[in-house]
Amino acid sequence: MLIFERSRPGRRSAAQSPAARAATGEIPQRHLRTRPPRLPEVSELDVVRHYTGLSQKNYSIDTHFYPLGSCTMKYNPRACNAAALLPQFTDRHPAAPDDTGQGFLACVHELQEMLREVTGMAQVSLAPMAGAQGEFAGVAMIRAYHDSRGDTQRREILVPDAAHGTNPASAVMCGYSVREIATDADGNVELAALRAAVGPRTAGLMLTNPSTLGVFEHSILEIERIVHEAGGLLYYDGANLNAILGMVKPGDMGFDVIHINLHKTFSTPHGGGGPGAGPVGVNAKLAPFLPLPLVAGPDGEYRLLAEADRPLSIGRLGAHLGNGGVLLRAYVYMRMLGADGMRRVAEFSTLNANYLMVELQRAGFEVAFPRRRASHEFILTLRRLKEETGVAAMDVAKRLLDKGFHAPTAYFPLLVPECLLIEPTETESKQTLDAFVIAMKEILREARENPALVKSAPHETPVRRLDDVKAARELNLAWSGR
Amino acid sequence: MTTPQNLKYTKSHEWVRTEADGTVTVGITFHAQEQLGDVVFVQNPQPGRKVKQGEECAVIESVKAAADIYAPVTGEVIAANHDVADHPERVNQDPYAAWMFRIRPGDPTELAGLLDAAAYQQLAESEKH
Repeated sequence: MLIFERSRPGRRSAAQSPAARAATGEIPQRHLRTRPPRLPEVSELDVVRHYTGLSQKNYSIDTHFYPLGSCTMKYNPRACNAAALLPQFTDRHPAAPDDTGQGFLACVHELQEMLREVTGMAQVSLAPMAGAQGEFAGVAMIRAYHDSRGDTQRREILVPDAAHGTNPASAVMCGYSVREIATDADGNVELAALRAAVGPRTAGLMLTNPSTLGVFEHSILEIERIVHEAGGLLYYDGANLNAILGMVKPGDMGFDVIHINLHKTFSTPHGGGGPGAGPVGVNAKLAPFLPLPLVAGPDGEYRLLAEADRPLSIGRLGAHLGNGGVLLRAYVYMRMLGADGMRRVAEFSTLNANYLMVELQRAGFEVAFPRRRASHEFILTLRRLKEETGVAAMDVAKRLLDKGFHAPTAYFPLLVPECLLIEPTETESKQTLDAFVIAMKEILREARENPALVKSAPHETPVRRLDDVKAARELNLAWSGR
Repeated sequence: MTTPQNLKYTKSHEWVRTEADGTVTVGITFHAQEQLGDVVFVQNPQPGRKVKQGEECAVIESVKAAADIYAPVTGEVIAANHDVADHPERVNQDPYAAWMFRIRPGDPTELAGLLDAAAYQQLAESEKH
């Protein structure tokens, strides 16, 4: 039921804060509204029940194990909200002068420096407001760097075929063409294919390490040498930074530019479409091109650097410095963990993934890369199960909802048929992991004994199997009114 | 019949049929549509476009993934199938009837380099296992 359908003429809800009446005298008549907005007329209790009810139908990290591979759905500690909810921060206008926001700027400057330290890069900008925007900024800096040297024939970005779809998309958005590099049987970048692909047209290689296949690139230093010797730059997609946090630095692997998803590795809330945060880090070569604003300090006072300070910057990605509230949450998270805590994030996310992988293998599931140790995530392939029983990866994913678990990522990476990409994160206990294994075992048995039950799942959720074909073909998302 | 004998195939899972007038008709194979799952969107090239062998020239999207369709030969696109763009489900229902576009080949020798049915069948099997 939509909240509009609860609407009754004349029903009202008390305002949550005093109404601020803006002076409309200076607004041209043609911009003023002539009719009231079409809002639902509901009481406060209607609103509370409506949205609480919706939230109860949902799966979230606060209610369910959420092993959505490549998304790092870790618990978001409540303490991280503490700083972000201080009225001194929430009430501050983002355009207020720097000298009235020294507390905020001190926090985000420290965040910027901690990210620099943990990634091993020379400088970091907090400006990008999502992972995809961070990727765009990163590739734009690669382009700005080559262009600044007059090296304009470099128009090709290399991307492993296992990469996230955002990598080729970001490259194309920056005016590059994309060349795919094949993966070998153990999930590594195929070095021969890489050697054959690099050349005077190579602008750079975008790499996720550990990769989307859940394994660490064995030959990362050789990859680095091949790309750099060809004159290209090396881009680190930070999607899987959780696995190596505090253990290995992308800067030490020779990466020139990196984006970091604060909403993954640094535990700021996912969902609701954002807001996100995708800071970028670079080595000294690319530092002049970082997006603005940067936070300078602390000698004297903190201030935001602008175009006059950084004339070669690729520019701004939004009106202000990222999403302030998200940055503050990541700041508190990093301060609570400290350097030791960050190492433990990597250790326990990797331990949990390997434990779960071995247990599921024992339970009869096929691991996609059995010769490799998992990073913080791993892949099952259900191709045999599908051949034997007709039950596909999506059916198993849907049946997990009935058992009280959010489904893992299904059908990504595209290289592995009928795959589930499983990322338990470090914040889950052994008991939760064991319960997940039991549920998976049950589903395996059901698939063999009663495949129709699994193929028609879910049976116990507020809505049953969604028609994803209809949803894709007949886009109809806006309430049209009645 | 999941791999008709009278067609040629590419490693990237297009089927290619040579017509009486020497033009070639292109679609995606049974194996390709099976891997993609329910197709929800097809974007064909504009007729008149010059393409090189191996160049991306169409896009197909399913509930699982988006994939590029590559020109199996160099030449000029002379027709695109609007029916399949309007009814993407036809790619799943009958992939060898749901052609996507036609090319007038610039270099007919390229056709000889494509896979025959047996070689393609082997490739498709190897990807399943």
